[in-house]
Amino acid sequence: MNMAIRAFLLLLLFFASSNPAYSLYEDQVGLMDWHQQYIGKVKHAVFHTQKAARKRVIVSTEENVVASLDLRHGEIFWRHVLGPNDVIDQIDVALGKYVITLSSGGSVLRAWNLPDGQMVWESTLIGSTPSKPLLLIPTNLKVDKDNLIFVYGNGFIHAVASIDGEVIWKKELASEGIDVQQLIYPDGSEIIYAVGLLGFSRFDAYQLNVKSGELLKHNNMLFPAGFSGDLSVVTDDTAVALDSTGKILVVIRFQDGKISFHQTHVSQLIEDISGAAVILPSKIPGMFTLKIDASVIFIEVINESKLKVVHKIGHANAVSDALSLPEDQQAVALIQHGDGKILLTVKLGNDWTSNLIEETIQMDRQRGLVHKVFINSYVRTDRSNGFRVLIVMEDHSLLLLQQGEIVWSREDGLASVIDVKASELSVEKDGVSVAKVEHSLFEWLKGHLLKLKGTLMIATPDDVVAIQKIRLQSSEKGKMTRDHNGFRKLLIVLTRAGKLFALHTGDGRIVWSRLLNSLRKSETCENPRGISLHQWQDPHHHALDENPSVLVFGRCGYNSDSAGVLSIVDTYTGEERNHIGPLHSIAHIIPLPFTDSMEQRLHLLVDANRHAHLYPRTAEALGIFQRELGNIFWYAAETDKGILRGYGVQKNCVLEVADDFCFDTRDLWSIVFPSESEKIAATATRSLNEVVHTQAKVTADQEVMYKYISKNLLFLATVAPKAIGPIGSVTPDESSLVVYVIDTVTGRILHRMTHHGSQGPVKAVVSENWIVYHYFNLRAHRYEMSVIEIYDQARAENKDVLKLVLGTHNLTSPITAYSRPEVFTKSQSYFFAHSVKTMAVTLTAKGITSKQVLLGTIGDQVLALDKRFLDPRRTVNPTQAEKEEGIIPLTDSLPIIPQSYVTHALKVEGLRGIATIPAKLESTTLVFAYGVDLFFTRLAPSRTYDSLTEDFSYALLLITIVALIVAIFVTWVWSEKKELQEKWR
Amino acid sequence: MAAHHFLIFLSLILLLLPSALGISNGNAEGYSINGKVRFPGFSATGFGLPAKISNVKVILNGGEKVTFLRPDGYFSFHNVPAGTHLIEVAAIGYFFSPVRVDVSARNPGKVQAALTENRRALSELVLEPLREEQYYEIREPFSIMSIVKSPMGLMIGFMAIVMFLMPKLVDAEELKRAQEEMGNQGVPSLANFLGGAQRTN
Repeated sequence: MNMAIRAFLLLLLFFASSNPAYSLYEDQVGLMDWHQQYIGKVKHAVFHTQKAARKRVIVSTEENVVASLDLRHGEIFWRHVLGPNDVIDQIDVALGKYVITLSSGGSVLRAWNLPDGQMVWESTLIGSTPSKPLLLIPTNLKVDKDNLIFVYGNGFIHAVASIDGEVIWKKELASEGIDVQQLIYPDGSEIIYAVGLLGFSRFDAYQLNVKSGELLKHNNMLFPAGFSGDLSVVTDDTAVALDSTGKILVVIRFQDGKISFHQTHVSQLIEDISGAAVILPSKIPGMFTLKIDASVIFIEVINESKLKVVHKIGHANAVSDALSLPEDQQAVALIQHGDGKILLTVKLGNDWTSNLIEETIQMDRQRGLVHKVFINSYVRTDRSNGFRVLIVMEDHSLLLLQQGEIVWSREDGLASVIDVKASELSVEKDGVSVAKVEHSLFEWLKGHLLKLKGTLMIATPDDVVAIQKIRLQSSEKGKMTRDHNGFRKLLIVLTRAGKLFALHTGDGRIVWSRLLNSLRKSETCENPRGISLHQWQDPHHHALDENPSVLVFGRCGYNSDSAGVLSIVDTYTGEERNHIGPLHSIAHIIPLPFTDSMEQRLHLLVDANRHAHLYPRTAEALGIFQRELGNIFWYAAETDKGILRGYGVQKNCVLEVADDFCFDTRDLWSIVFPSESEKIAATATRSLNEVVHTQAKVTADQEVMYKYISKNLLFLATVAPKAIGPIGSVTPDESSLVVYVIDTVTGRILHRMTHHGSQGPVKAVVSENWIVYHYFNLRAHRYEMSVIEIYDQARAENKDVLKLVLGTHNLTSPITAYSRPEVFTKSQSYFFAHSVKTMAVTLTAKGITSKQVLLGTIGDQVLALDKRFLDPRRTVNPTQAEKEEGIIPLTDSLPIIPQSYVTHALKVEGLRGIATIPAKLESTTLVFAYGVDLFFTRLAPSRTYDSLTEDFSYALLLITIVALIVAIFVTWVWSEKKELQEKWR
Repeated sequence: MAAHHFLIFLSLILLLLPSALGISNGNAEGYSINGKVRFPGFSATGFGLPAKISNVKVILNGGEKVTFLRPDGYFSFHNVPAGTHLIEVAAIGYFFSPVRVDVSARNPGKVQAALTENRRALSELVLEPLREEQYYEIREPFSIMSIVKSPMGLMIGFMAIVMFLMPKLVDAEELKRAQEEMGNQGVPSLANFLGGAQRTN
């Protein structure tokens, strides 16, 4: 009997342990994950609609994406994300089949196949002086049966063959320091013009032979008053510029090597103006646009140098470039803003009195203003011209308008996520109807029978389709209420456009979106940008009728000393409850572990003058804060100076205007890193909401190790100043990496370690009592990952049971951050194959589940790596006891198991960050990876030990039970009969 | 015959091609690294890449420069300073070892490349995946084992063990005694029927 049970248990153990930790079947894709592809804010758009079966628009964006979109539905045909330093300058289409991109400040020219996006050729254009990149693709210029592309970049003009990217000729133009601003190629001629300015006082015009690049003529003329800003080329031989005062318009004509200036006072053209004018970049033949005060004025150049005002609009409006129509006409699209709608007018280039089209389109207020317009025409059935326009909005979304309607829209603001916070959904309130339950029960059973068929492999293809549909459609997934397991949440996402989105974790749809008032451009706040999101109010125990809310921080400029702004947004409705600012600068944001009676979290904002400001500004919050005044510490790493400083908070600050909520800070400690040998490369701290379940770790030989768990741990890495650049710029002997573990309350260095011959970039995560970091080992020329585990020595004595009984242990003595901790560390290093862009660690509700380190690789995938692989106690030959404890034999490199890619066969293009959110179910953590794409999934690092998996076959269970019951009865009847026979015998 | 001519023509063209792979001194500012990515199972000339890998990226020094593959699988980096560099290939479905490439100022044009994963030196910069990556578990076809492994299977198995093995572990005499006792009480129970099963043997 005993043996049988033992055998059975062994069998059970064997089966339970045979499965890997995380893996996915192909048909499970999309069950608990979703993936969304974006492109970012569009900078340029080129339509490709003529003679094309599939009408498409080619766009380049601020996220360095070049993409081909379906003009009918807005879907992505293909897309490429260029490197982070490879900013796209210009795009165009050549030969009707290649997309040409000029990037990296005019140094890289690439051609992509228009139908499928395969790169055809790539040319690097080398030059020395950085200059304005220009791209010119003449429509029908053939040189030796080959179409040419002209590129101006880095001071050189290049003629490139469009078929293979070969540079036919090149010529330096910037040798004298001339800033070339435009290339002009009059159709059908032999000459290409390059016009530019020298030192804002001389106009230069070059004429080059298109075939050989020979410099035919170089003329220049001095303009003593000086120009300001850029040239606007109006026609093939006319340009317009403003003088240095911004009051006089200069028409420059440069025909046949003769240059002439004609000056016109702006006030002669336009009455009652006050400010200086600015020429806006535009491409409307015969015309230029001028911005004065708050209006944009269109001025036509007539009779070679006379100017005439054609049109005047408010400056917040958007204008497209001109579109050539048949019969030498030009069309220009203008967009004016109304209240909750936009007015689109298309005007004929040479006749601005009438409109070709005038349409009013209802527009969601949350999209803000129109930033860019691109126009395209099509031939209507009655052979007249119809127009469609592509508009880019303030929230970075992209919309196609046609016939007064929005044909499609793309939420491309989501390509530039800055920060993410999860928020709970509302609790389900209304009851459940019986009929619904009955119906759903029936459906449920039917679904499970189908699934059973699937598992038994007896399903017909139709059934398979039905199974997949049921799986994906799981009606529970997209519900707007909380679920029992805590899988359904709202992801509150802040984007660079200053828009806040709420995404549903079930299916990734946008629940609400809000363009924040505080992060919109205004006169008081010129360059607003979001910094971070914080949980402001998260009602759990009190104030349950209040909706949860988030706090959004922003800045009005690029420096940390520019004025700050903040908004409070309700996460259920997306309503902006309050917005404050501009106010004091925000250098550091410290969420405090205290909440007031309304469950509003206290936040301390430290400004550039190191004054700490308390929020919310209520008397109650002040009371709570003043009680804890002595216990509040913060630190700041001054990367440029190489100093780490710790601060405490003192009494109220002394200002001209008394402010109860402002506090002074005092210096407590500082660590100065030697500037000649160390430069701060990375810092990392523990996540504030991490829960640690157990403080002790029992090893195989019944030893107890106490984890050193402190909220104040800071990991800091420094590299030699020489090695701050990329790999390849330094030799192993010149570089070293030093890592520190520092207590931020006392400034004590708990651990210091040097990795000789290593360099950054350093990526690190801190969790519980361990730190994992990734860096480059120059000697082995491989990436390495190291782990440091910190244990408490002072409590190591407590393992004696007798002491525990006698009460001489120190377990109950208070733990204080001031005391000098006696710690010991263990560490180990491993090789890792890939570069890492970002790193995160899984978080669970109670911290019982084992951890996984999530690595965002250079290939834009997310790899989950068990913490067991990063255990400093790994040895080459672990003992039997250690094996039982789960210690893996030591290998020199960390394994990359393809099945443990969280993103499976998908890519999160342009990956920037990974956020982990604990679910209510202890085994599960929610993972959100963001970059240009968004990806969400659930992970169970130790498998879902606390719930049945999705594909658990209830039907099989029911059938088994029924079969067992039947078997019992059958055998019972059988034995009865037998017994009766026996008795009769 | 025509095919033969074509071959000669092709080889001539190949000869005429500039030294396509390796490092060349392009400009005073830096060097160029030229290489090729080859996928197994595609023609040796490399024309026509599989559709799913048109999105392959080649990355220099952990993201300093990113380039893409040409239709024939070639890639190049320009303006690279002398030093030891790292090239990574990001292709969904394949695992590529990072490659260490030495660009030396002294003898330009010489390739010194090695896979960092297995320290294999490369004579020319032709990168091949070390292995294909299978991101999904393979669903095994229906088998008796999978049923046995499932919780229900284990339940049935346990039942079977209890039913057929346990009676054998109990002493026959003892069982008989117990049987009689039970019989005297006259209660139909599971033990009763177990006894029945025993007796049939």
